Amino acid sequence: MLGPTPADDRTPPMTPQLALRVAFVGGLALLMFAVIFFRLWFLQVLTGSQYAAQAQSQTVLSIPVPAPRGEIVDASGQPLVQSVPVPSIQIAPRSLPGGGATLDLQLKQPVVIPQAAEVVMARLAKLLGMSDAPTRCTYTVYIANKGPQVSHVQLSPIACLVAQSVAQSQYGNATVKTDVPTYIQDYIGERQTEFPGVVSQDTYQLKYTLGTAGAQLFGYLSQVTPAEIKDKIYKSVQAGDVVGQSGLEEQYNQYLQGVDGSEGVKVNAQGQFEGYAKATAPLVGDTLKLSLNAALEKVGQQALATSIKANSSLGADGGSFVAMDPQNGQIYAMGSNPTYNPASIANGIPTKEWSYLNNPANHEPLLNRAIQGAFPDGSTFKPVTATAALETGVWKLGETFNDYPGRLFCLPGAPCLSNAGHANYGVVDLQTAIEVSDDEFFYNLGRLLNGNPANYPKGFPLQAWARRYGLGQVTGVDLPGESPGLIGSPTLQTALWKQELECQNATGPYKGDPKHPAVMGDFGNEVLSGGCGIANASYWTIDDNVETGVGQYDDQVTPIQLAVVYSAVENGGTIVTPHIGSEIQSPTGTLVQNINPAPKRKLNINPAYLAAIQQGLYLAAKGPQGTSTDVMSSLPLPVYGKTGSAELNATPNGPTDGWYACYVPGTATRKPIVVVVDIERGGYGTSSAAPVARQILSQFYFGKPGPMVGLG
Amino acid sequence: MAVSATTPLQLSGESSTRTSGQLLRIDPLLMFAAVALSACSIVVLHALNVPPYAGEYKRQAIFAGLGIVVALVISRFDYSRLRELRYVLYGLTILLNLAVFAFPAPGGSAGASQRRIPLPGFSFQSSVFCMVLLILALSAFAVERSRRVGEHRTIARILLLGLIPAMIVMAQPDLGDALIYGVISVAVLFFWGTSWKHLAALAALVVAATVIVLTVAPTVGVHVLKPYQTARLTTFLNPNCNPNRDTYCYQLHEGLIALGSGQKTGTGPARASQATGGFIPEADSDFIFATVGEMYGFVGAAVVISLYALLIWRTLRIVMIAKNLYGTLIAGGILAMFMYQIFVTIGMNMGIMPVTGIPLPLIAYGGSSVVTTFIAIGLLQSIHVQARMSSAGKARALIV
Repeated sequence: MLGPTPADDRTPPMTPQLALRVAFVGGLALLMFAVIFFRLWFLQVLTGSQYAAQAQSQTVLSIPVPAPRGEIVDASGQPLVQSVPVPSIQIAPRSLPGGGATLDLQLKQPVVIPQAAEVVMARLAKLLGMSDAPTRCTYTVYIANKGPQVSHVQLSPIACLVAQSVAQSQYGNATVKTDVPTYIQDYIGERQTEFPGVVSQDTYQLKYTLGTAGAQLFGYLSQVTPAEIKDKIYKSVQAGDVVGQSGLEEQYNQYLQGVDGSEGVKVNAQGQFEGYAKATAPLVGDTLKLSLNAALEKVGQQALATSIKANSSLGADGGSFVAMDPQNGQIYAMGSNPTYNPASIANGIPTKEWSYLNNPANHEPLLNRAIQGAFPDGSTFKPVTATAALETGVWKLGETFNDYPGRLFCLPGAPCLSNAGHANYGVVDLQTAIEVSDDEFFYNLGRLLNGNPANYPKGFPLQAWARRYGLGQVTGVDLPGESPGLIGSPTLQTALWKQELECQNATGPYKGDPKHPAVMGDFGNEVLSGGCGIANASYWTIDDNVETGVGQYDDQVTPIQLAVVYSAVENGGTIVTPHIGSEIQSPTGTLVQNINPAPKRKLNINPAYLAAIQQGLYLAAKGPQGTSTDVMSSLPLPVYGKTGSAELNATPNGPTDGWYACYVPGTATRKPIVVVVDIERGGYGTSSAAPVARQILSQFYFGKPGPMVGLG
Repeated sequence: MAVSATTPLQLSGESSTRTSGQLLRIDPLLMFAAVALSACSIVVLHALNVPPYAGEYKRQAIFAGLGIVVALVISRFDYSRLRELRYVLYGLTILLNLAVFAFPAPGGSAGASQRRIPLPGFSFQSSVFCMVLLILALSAFAVERSRRVGEHRTIARILLLGLIPAMIVMAQPDLGDALIYGVISVAVLFFWGTSWKHLAALAALVVAATVIVLTVAPTVGVHVLKPYQTARLTTFLNPNCNPNRDTYCYQLHEGLIALGSGQKTGTGPARASQATGGFIPEADSDFIFATVGEMYGFVGAAVVISLYALLIWRTLRIVMIAKNLYGTLIAGGILAMFMYQIFVTIGMNMGIMPVTGIPLPLIAYGGSSVVTTFIAIGLLQSIHVQARMSSAGKARALIV
């Protein structure tokens, strides 16, 4: 032993008190270990998969790889819009020298482009013949919880493209130039030390085989906006996707879009690249097969342009046509003028091009007038009036009207009306009245059909029949932005009068505009002079009904609506749903879905009445006195057609729209067709619209447009 | 004072056979737990060999080797002689903790704030090293007054002796280590034999102080703790906190994701994206338990926890068998230090304890912590060896 132990050390080490305290601490430790073990079990074994999923989601970023859009083909399978690979030059922002172009959200200018990268871009600009001068560049960085941050900076065009790309995704490539010659790709490929970060790669571009024909049908593409993404039409679209913004590209976006692929990128907590993870290849979009006939589309578009040019001295500045199967509503051709080159805006819209297309002075080339141009349709409205008159019994088959020489159609309190060119046609029945387009005959029907409660307890029969024929409402064609048009009626008059007053006093929707003072009548319910010209009285007159009966003033009809009306006349009263899409096919050509919308309704029209109207239409195109006989007689086809020359406003000798609506019936051919042509400010329908219709018919039945007959 | 002041701090070399006998008398299970934990640490740090943690496993191996040697050397000395040095030890505790103020506080975010004394090739974290010094000094003071266990004045004096260095450490500012100083002080009082009544009063005082510091004082405009310190202590209580806005919430959140994603058997080092990708904050030290959990799953984490359980059990046993009160108090202080470090750090990694920058003993990367822990292990072994020798002596005397 070490000898005597110090007194303090002699304290017995293990007292009962110490034992208790050690037990206390031991118990505490045991409790804590138990808590830790159970917590560990809970975190790792019971709920571990949740945490594993969270870990996965924050370490692997999914970078979308856009899918090539599906093709649009015509009825014969000929491609109209194709997604084709074109040789391009891209920049991989991360691989640029000097650390790459990166995001630094702390900075005022969040995309950082190192000096060394700018040198490479300048070299590339010289090679590609692009400018290197800094210009204004705008890009938007989206930050979670903060929303978009817009930056305006001075950058060279290439640097701007890179900045915009980085702002959108740090990992995707920026396309600098498309459609480059392959020798440029080779040149860059061989000199990677001079062009670090520059990549030669094919990019997908849309190619339009019809050129400018049918441009509005196909529509354009651009990146979806946050507001649009909620739209039903863009289901399965993700932020940043490029989607169809008009026409068929919008309507059938969900099929054409395809399924984006993804590239997995592993990142660390700072978002730095650590390697690649699983990738998914994009799935190309489905093919949209149309009922369109490509050759007919081209001929129609060409004839339309020729007619507008020929009638430009009258003020013709636009127009449209539609050719359709009257029995099922399949559209064979549809065109609008002025048009534009869809390829120039399909793959990113240059600002200059965009402002040209949206400038009203250029007559809005983006507008698809065949479905969006609603104008008074003049005498082409007459079959509707005739149906209403016969069905309500105010006019009988065989009943005649004496349009004696010098006769004027006069109503109390309104200026007397006459036929075009002050013509008179003697004693006429309904068929002849349609053949010669006797306005005074139809004025009379309009008078008889006015909504006198004594005769018509159910209201206004002319308007009711117009609605039954589908006017004043959309046809449901498979194209976005269709105009419903209007039909003159007391209700419309009241609404227009309210608008007129608001416009005059600059209130309501006109607030802030200049006032338009008007001289009002004694009762304050009519405009004598001045005002806005929206409505001239608060009340409905017989004269208004007369004008409605001949498709004037407040009647606003689109060519597609008129095509539906004439289809109904041809097919015995079925209101078809026009459609241009016929099938959705998978990229390999198998059928995904048929597009075959059901007719809207079947009108119950006495076949004898329809036969009389049909006979009138036949005579109008082929009869001795027909308004379009000059144009159609030499065409060896049973054409049933009606001209229309609609006054656009009340000015005497003011501009008129030239219309022509016609069909070749299924009783005469196995391929019936209805054709409607409208030439805005084209003068008489017979000399502007009918010649276009003739070429369309000729192309459809004989495979060649034939001569332009009766133009101008 | 019975022990001669001239006796050097080493055993008089009685014989070489005695020395080898002494080595046999160390607690093998305690040594196994410590060495195994160090081995775990090296394995994990080796798996975490990516920037900014690259190469740490090598340094950790050196620290562990050094620590084992230090522990074995210390186990050969009789700890009882350290009692005489209590004023020196206490003075060192104060001095070393004050010395760090001569060096600039580390930059960066508030929180990564432990001050260190830079030495060539090594920076020395005095607040950690001084934990052992404080245990030795406080235990000695307590033994001096062992006949006046019940006196208020004595209790107050020992508490004050503990609180002075704690306050200095808190000013460094290192809230986590300051709290350990407090725990050590309470533990020494506890094993010293302070009555349950006094302990209860003390507990009430601590609770009241916590409530005042965290809730009452701020409402009247007195901020004892800096706002980030309050946030550290309270964030874990709010499970709906926003990790995008709140740093401590983010840390807790990332720790939980990493730990949970290890599931039963772990992702393995190669696929431990949260640890190697930098998502786990301080994946080598404060949140190394999350790293272990991610890489080796429930199995790996359970092994580490089991080794800690072994460590605590052996330490408890040494508290009981110590040959004198001084040994009991030292072992008790070390026990409290271990338990606090283990439970608070692992609890923080599991989202059930506040975010405090306390190292996980032997596993967390850091020379100061590893070497200090091995010094503590060495002291425990010394207590064990002395206890065994004294009982063996008694036994021999009985046989003779």
